[in-house]
Amino acid sequence: MPMRSEPVTVNVGPQHPSTHGVFRLRITFDGEVILDAEPVFGYLHRGSEKLAEERTYTQVITLTDRLDYVASMTNNQAYVLACEKLAGVQPPERGMYLRVIAAELQRIASHLMATGFLLNDLGAFATPLMYCFRERERILDLFEMLCGARITLSYMRVGGVFQDAPEEFWPALRIFLGEMPHYIDEYERLLSENEILVTRTKGVSVLTVDQALNGSVTGPVLRATGFPWDLRKVDPYEVYGRVKFDVPLGRAGDNYDRFKIRIDEMRQSLRIVEQCVEQIEPGPVRADVPALVRPPVGDAYSRIEGPKGELGFYLVSDGSVAPYRFKIRSPSFINLTVLRDMLIGWKLADMIVTLGSIDINMGEVDR
Amino acid sequence: MIRELPGEELARHVQVACPGAVERWEGLCLWVKPERVLEVCQTLKETPGMGFNLLNAISAVDYVEYFEVVYHLTSTAHLHSAVLKAKVYGREEPSLPSVVGLWLGADFQEREVWDLMGVKFLGHPNLKRILLWEGYPGHPLRRDYLEAPR
Repeated sequence: MPMRSEPVTVNVGPQHPSTHGVFRLRITFDGEVILDAEPVFGYLHRGSEKLAEERTYTQVITLTDRLDYVASMTNNQAYVLACEKLAGVQPPERGMYLRVIAAELQRIASHLMATGFLLNDLGAFATPLMYCFRERERILDLFEMLCGARITLSYMRVGGVFQDAPEEFWPALRIFLGEMPHYIDEYERLLSENEILVTRTKGVSVLTVDQALNGSVTGPVLRATGFPWDLRKVDPYEVYGRVKFDVPLGRAGDNYDRFKIRIDEMRQSLRIVEQCVEQIEPGPVRADVPALVRPPVGDAYSRIEGPKGELGFYLVSDGSVAPYRFKIRSPSFINLTVLRDMLIGWKLADMIVTLGSIDINMGEVDR
Repeated sequence: MIRELPGEELARHVQVACPGAVERWEGLCLWVKPERVLEVCQTLKETPGMGFNLLNAISAVDYVEYFEVVYHLTSTAHLHSAVLKAKVYGREEPSLPSVVGLWLGADFQEREVWDLMGVKFLGHPNLKRILLWEGYPGHPLRRDYLEAPR
């Protein structure tokens, strides 16, 4: 006998373990099926864009650390590239290589977090997460050697990096590069063919190429739909034009592809780091830029391929030491646009996995 | 490499389809009349050879006498990008048409501009605050915003 039911609106979050911070979804259910979903956020809004207007260009680097706080290196990189474009500064070769090495390590760390938490959300409680954190810890140790910090790094500067890598960094990096591929194989063995994971994620919350492009979706979520768009390939910045790597693509655009693509991207990041270690030459790491950078009047938009998608900064200078306008184009925020379309018709349990597969970071969504 | 199209080249294409919409161009930027933004965006998206299918970012800058709304667009097929700007005058109810109908990706970004800068997007299906709460006094990213009353 068919059951009669009425639509019910439920708040998921803001305090909910699967929402990766303080994120709320207002969902209308018919039984367990999602009829409508509206993301509500802003709980972590700190006004970074306003704060930057009263800080010098160098001080703003510390604000970028706190956007996507699990990927500070790439935030630093995107911001200093925008400053360099605005001020017309060319960093030295060694500085660029160090930045790319740091950024790719950070991408691996960020993807490890994404993979670990996605599996946590799937119900593989804590074990895969701890596996992923084991390797992330090694990357944080490497960062500690580079700049003394583990999370809020502020390693990069306008015109290069804060300091050259210490001697002990290189052997530690080589050991990591030697061991990491085995760890990635381990995740694949453990997870990619796990029957529960495959049944829960294959064919769920499919995103098409057209939907993704129309919604300004970028990064692994876009590539999981099968669309080859990686700014490191299509618009190479720093030294990405000199290294060989592939752009992993998904086919179906479902949760499984979004999970798998991050594992494949970690392998490519390792390849990039290996080539950078071979190519890097001794030399200065920072261009001769004054501590108080005064870019000429004008504006610049610069973007990089962050771990979560296109991370861009739009800077406007009025010729003073502080940016007149500092705008963050955050991938987590914009990728959420399509969340509603991805959720409708699926169930509550799928919603948690879908949200995990987009890989959002609330520091970056709310800024 | 993604080629940044000069404003002059963009202006040539836009002037054919939307006469009178272009205000001026300089370097890599094209300024258009705010009330014709939707029309110009549609042209840039749909004209063969332009094909701007990806909206990267919508930003707003407060220059005190006017607001400048900046659109960064990219074509994934032709590998070129464009910067489109519109000057919006008035501090009470500055407004310009919404482009959500063309790119869904404008949805949250336009809401953010409204929330923090107080520029209205006419025709947006759900234009309400996104980072702050309804009832928050003022728009904090404006240059004349001092501090929220306690």
